[in-house]
Order: sequence, then structure tokens, then C-alpha cells
Amino acid sequence: MENTDTIIELKGISKVFEDGFKAVDNFNLQVKRGEFVTFLGPSGCGKTTTLRMIAGFEVPTEGDILLNGESIIGLPPYMRPINTVFQRYALFPHMNVFDNIAFGLRQKKTPSDLIGKKVRRVLELVDLEGFENRRIKTLSGGQQQRIAIARALVNEPEILLLDEPLGALDLKMRKEMQLELKEMHDTLGITFIYVTHDQEEALTMSDKIVVMNEGCTQQIGTPEDIYNEPETIFVADFIGESNIFNGMMTGHLKARFCGGEFDCVDDYKEGTHITAIVRPEDVVITSPERGTIVGVVDKVIFKGIHYEITVLSGKNEMVIQTVKNATPGDRVGLRVDPENIHIIIAPDHTNLFYADINQNYKLEYNEHELDKNLTEVMRGSSRRDDGTVVDSAGQAIEPDRLRVLVAIKPDDIEMTDDQEAGIVQGWISNLVYKGDHYSYIIHTDLEQDFVVNDEYLWNMGDQVGLLMPEDKMTFTLKRK
Amino acid sequence: MQFSRKHLGIPYAAFLIIFVVAPLLVLFYYAFTDGQGLFTAQNFLHFFTNPNTLGTLYYSLIVALVTTVVCLLLAYPVAYFLATSNLRMKSVVLMLFIMPMWINFSLRITALKEILSVLEGNLAMHPFLNAVIGMTYDFLPFMILPIYTTIMRLDGALREASMDLGADHVQTFLRVTLPLSVPGIISGVSMVFLPAMTNYVVLDMLYNSTYIMGSLIGSYFSAYNWNGGSMISLILLALICIFTLLNSGDEEEKAREGGALL
Repeated sequence: MENTDTIIELKGISKVFEDGFKAVDNFNLQVKRGEFVTFLGPSGCGKTTTLRMIAGFEVPTEGDILLNGESIIGLPPYMRPINTVFQRYALFPHMNVFDNIAFGLRQKKTPSDLIGKKVRRVLELVDLEGFENRRIKTLSGGQQQRIAIARALVNEPEILLLDEPLGALDLKMRKEMQLELKEMHDTLGITFIYVTHDQEEALTMSDKIVVMNEGCTQQIGTPEDIYNEPETIFVADFIGESNIFNGMMTGHLKARFCGGEFDCVDDYKEGTHITAIVRPEDVVITSPERGTIVGVVDKVIFKGIHYEITVLSGKNEMVIQTVKNATPGDRVGLRVDPENIHIIIAPDHTNLFYADINQNYKLEYNEHELDKNLTEVMRGSSRRDDGTVVDSAGQAIEPDRLRVLVAIKPDDIEMTDDQEAGIVQGWISNLVYKGDHYSYIIHTDLEQDFVVNDEYLWNMGDQVGLLMPEDKMTFTLKRK
Repeated sequence: MQFSRKHLGIPYAAFLIIFVVAPLLVLFYYAFTDGQGLFTAQNFLHFFTNPNTLGTLYYSLIVALVTTVVCLLLAYPVAYFLATSNLRMKSVVLMLFIMPMWINFSLRITALKEILSVLEGNLAMHPFLNAVIGMTYDFLPFMILPIYTTIMRLDGALREASMDLGADHVQTFLRVTLPLSVPGIISGVSMVFLPAMTNYVVLDMLYNSTYIMGSLIGSYFSAYNWNGGSMISLILLALICIFTLLNSGDEEEKAREGGALL
């Protein structure tokens, strides 16, 4: 083995349940001795299933788990030197605190005077001295939590697994326990594997975070890496808040998105389709002349330590967190430092734009009414005789509270000289030759960029109309 | 008079007075009087000095005890298996065990009688065995259901926690599952033991000539000995009360831990 202080290694672990649901897909991870590793992801992402495979409650369909270099796949849970703190504690209700904690020690036939000593010591560790004879039912949630931790720790496991242990506690208690757990980890030197869906918890406590989604590992890294250098759109969206834009590399260290051309530090080939991620706290509000893009302040929300400001640049939306206030209606410039723009290569480009729903329940974009109407986009909705649209529960729908996200591929948009014919008009701001076709960026009158692929050569600066066949669009209903 | 919610209880209160309280008072009256209506403790003394009545009491206790143990031994594994398996047909299998309860009682016992006759020939040869078989057959569902419900409601994480702490399947069962299913066992036992002492109809229908407490009372009444019969009923009532009190020590605890209501 090259890395001698790896305590546990998961190699190509997959888990398919009997009903065919693939909970975990090709999961690979090495955990160093004494590390605090967190599995982070939304519910159903496979993080708990992975933990249960380490504990031995689930058997992987594929792959191997090595503990100190030896496979433990065949070992039942009671033979593994691993202990778990369960989500809802799972303390034995028919035993008192002492017997709960002593359970594992008695199982190992530890002499009773030693059991007494160890139980007292671990109770001290979790700050519950003198609780030996209390019934479980008489303990508060926080106390039960501590007993559950004590019950696992008293066995001096090589690895402690914690399955969303703080989920049932209130916010204040949770924050306290986060710090205490971290402290325990630092003093005991035991390897912790922690499962949570709370990104803040993960960032606070972990040495290493494994972000998971739909059974797949999205990114493995330190909290700083995960936050500052998200590798996938999912990670960027899940950890912290992000402005996410589709765009294209338009030159050396130049990326075009959100209707403007930004300097960046990622060196990708011109013409590469990208997704640009900008954290709200990294956007600088400046005067219109100095901004890379110009917009109008739409909403200002006071959040305590900062303001959350939404700026609309044409149809593009940028969320900004800043300590400086702004007034809705102000014209402002927006600037982002090159190192604060994070760029991910996108396999291909998708043009996205929001269409409104007009009073006829038709989709509308740039004052063009589409043929598509709301009932076709919203599942279960229907049109009543009086013309109003109701949802599946029969509730009338207010069209101005909804909008529709429309997606269309660059290949499906056609440029035309007849500007009036297009759904939206603009000028060609960039063009890149891609071997068998050209990729164009059309900057529209609504300050939005559209990427269009065309085999014919057009000129920079040409005014064009964009034809978008409705049968090539996909629609997603969104709440405003 | 203004109507309030507690007036809704009047019909049931009336029912209680007419059919429970009044008969109980009559029972007390008969138990402590003789044929002429004079107070006497003779009925009481008679019960405890007569070898026949005492013999019936012992016999009933043994029948009930054996029936209960057999029911428990049959019911627990079934209930445990059903409650812990992730069998999709779980409810169907459970229903198969419960279904006999939906079939008319006399039909059920008559069918059992026919089966036993085929197996044993002369039913009169094995009165005790047949008593236990009949009772077990009749009361088994009452043992399965409460145990099943109790194990069902146990958090599966408790078993996992036990395994996580080093206990194998057997140790987990002995240290966690079994102790936590005690409330269900107690419910089941009290629903089998007491009826098994008195339900002589089962025995009658199996042409069983042995006497249990129920048959004893019946025989006193059919001989118009209201006083003696009442005293035996009263003694039985006292026994049941004592038994229930012994169990109910942790009734509240049971309820809190989600013990079976059945």
C-alpha cells in the first residue's frame, strides 16, 4: 500500500436495491486515520446508504471496502471495529443510561469494574456525569444525543460513523454540539465519518467533504476547495449561494456570460461552452461606466449582516451580497474580479431564458406570444369554460406569479436577416470556427446572450433576428 | 336541561348499571346467602374444602397454563418473523392467521372435532390434550396479534444499534427484541390465560367430559344452586383481579413504550 495511514478505503462501491433503485454508483474514497470526513448531499443522494455499507447493515452490490488494507465486506456489523451514532439515537428504552453505554463493553466481556470506570469516563466526556441511573425517557433530546455518542465512543472504535446526529436538535443546540463534536474528534483522534445534508455543518466541522448527488460523488475536497472551487454545477448550487450562467470562452482568459465579457483566470480554448459561477459576495457594485455589465437594482433585502440585492441586466439576474445598501431603480455597474469567477466546462451549451405567462395564459417573451399555453406546461392543469386555467386541485392560477424557464440548443436556433421575423433581435458579438460549423454569440436587445450554431459565415456586428421553433424548446414551470 | 357533551355518556352508563353493576350486586348477594336468603360463608368454605371444586380449579389452571405456553411458543416465532421480515405479502400472511377469527366459532370447533376424530379415533381418550388443542386453536390469534404489533412498532434501528455494538443475531434478540416485546407478551397472555380457564364451550363441543371452571359454574346453575355457582364466579373474579393487578404494575410504562393495545 502506498498510503500507510489510510484507515478505510471504499473501492468502486455500488448499491442497487431489490426494487432496482441505484442508491450508490461507483463510490471511491480513501479516509486517513484520524480524519473528519463528511458525506454531504440532499436527501436520497446515497450518503446514508454508503454509511450503512461501512457499518455493515447493507452489503454493496459491487466494489470492496478495505479497513486497514483488508476487506471487511464479509464481516457482519457486530464484527467490525466501527460504531455508529444513529439518526434518532436508537437508545435502548428498557435500559438506563449506564446499561445503554455498557452494552458494547459487556458484549466484549469486559470485567465489570473496568466497565464502571469506562462508562464514568465517557459520561464525563459528554458532560453528563451522574446520569448513570436515569431512564432514557427522562432525558432531553440533547442529552439522548450525548448518550448515543457516549455509547458508541466507549467501545473505542477505529471509526465512528455519525448519521445526521444533530438533525433532531434545535438550531442553538446544533451549533453547540457541532463544536463539541469537533472538539471530541480533536482530543480522541478517532476517525469520524459524518453524514449530513446541512452544508454549513459540513463546512464547519470537516477535514474533507464528499459531496454526493443521486448516488454519485460530485466532488471530494477540503471545505475551502468545495466552496471556492466547485467542480460541478450541482456543488456550486448546493454549497452556498451562487449565480450560475451558461456562456462561452470568447478569447484568451475571456469568458462571455450574463450579457457581458468578463476577464477570468481559467485558460480554456476559445469557443468552449462553459458554465460560469459567481458567488453573491464576490460581485462588486460600481458606477455604470466602470461595470462590466450594467443593470438596474430590482430588489433589496436586509439580511442582518448584509444586504441581498438583485440586479437585473436586461433579462439577466444577478444576486449580490454586500454590506452597502442600494435603492431599487438605481442604474449600477457590476464587476467581478477575475479570480472570483469560477468556470466549469459544459459539454454543450443550452440557451436558457424566462418567458412570462400573459393574461391569455399563453407564454410570452419579448412581447411575442408563443403558441404554447400554460395548460401544456403545467401538469394536471386544465382550462375552464370561462377561460381561466385551474391546477389539478381546481385552484385558479394567477399567471403573473409564475414564469416558465425555456431551454433551447444552439443547433435549433436559426439566424435571419429579417429582424422582424425573429422572436428576439440582436447583434453578433462573437464568432468561433468549430471545424464544421461556426458558433456565434448574439447579444440581444434584452442584454441576453444566445449561442447559435450555424454552418454559414456571418459577420461580427451583423444585426439578426433569431428564429426559434417551439417544438425544439423545453419548458419548466417556475414560481416567481 | 342544557345538553352537554357528557350527556352522550348516559346510554352507556345505563347499560353499565343494568348489565354490569346490578348483576354484580346480585352475584354478591347470592354468593353470601343460602337458599333461604340468610347470610352465610358456607359457599366460600365449601369451595375450598370440597376436593371436586378444588380439583377443577387446579385442572383449569393447568389447562390454561399449558394452553398459554403453547400459544406463546407458537405465536412468538410467527409474530417475530412477520414483524421483522420485509416480506411484501406480510399483511396477507398475517390475515391467514387472523382469518379463523372471522369464521363462526361453532363451525370452527366442529371442524376441529372432525379432524381430531380422524387423528385420534375416540376423542374421549385424550381429554387433556384435546382441551389444550381446542383452546390453542381458538385463542392463538389473540396471542399473535399483540406480539406482532409490539415487535412491529420497535424501531428497527434498535436492533441495528445492538448489532453495531457487537451483539450477534441471537444476543440481539435476547437483549433487545425479547425484553422490548414483553408488553405484547403480557397482553397476549392475559387474553389467552383467563378465557382458557373458563371457556368450557370449546370442551363441550369437543365432547370433552373434563371440567374447567366454566363448566363447574354451569353445572351448579343447571342444578339451580345459584348460591354455590355465584360464589365460584366470585372467586374466579377475584383470581382474575389479582392476575390483572400483577400485570398492570407497569401499565403506564407499557402504554408509553407503545405496548400493544390488543
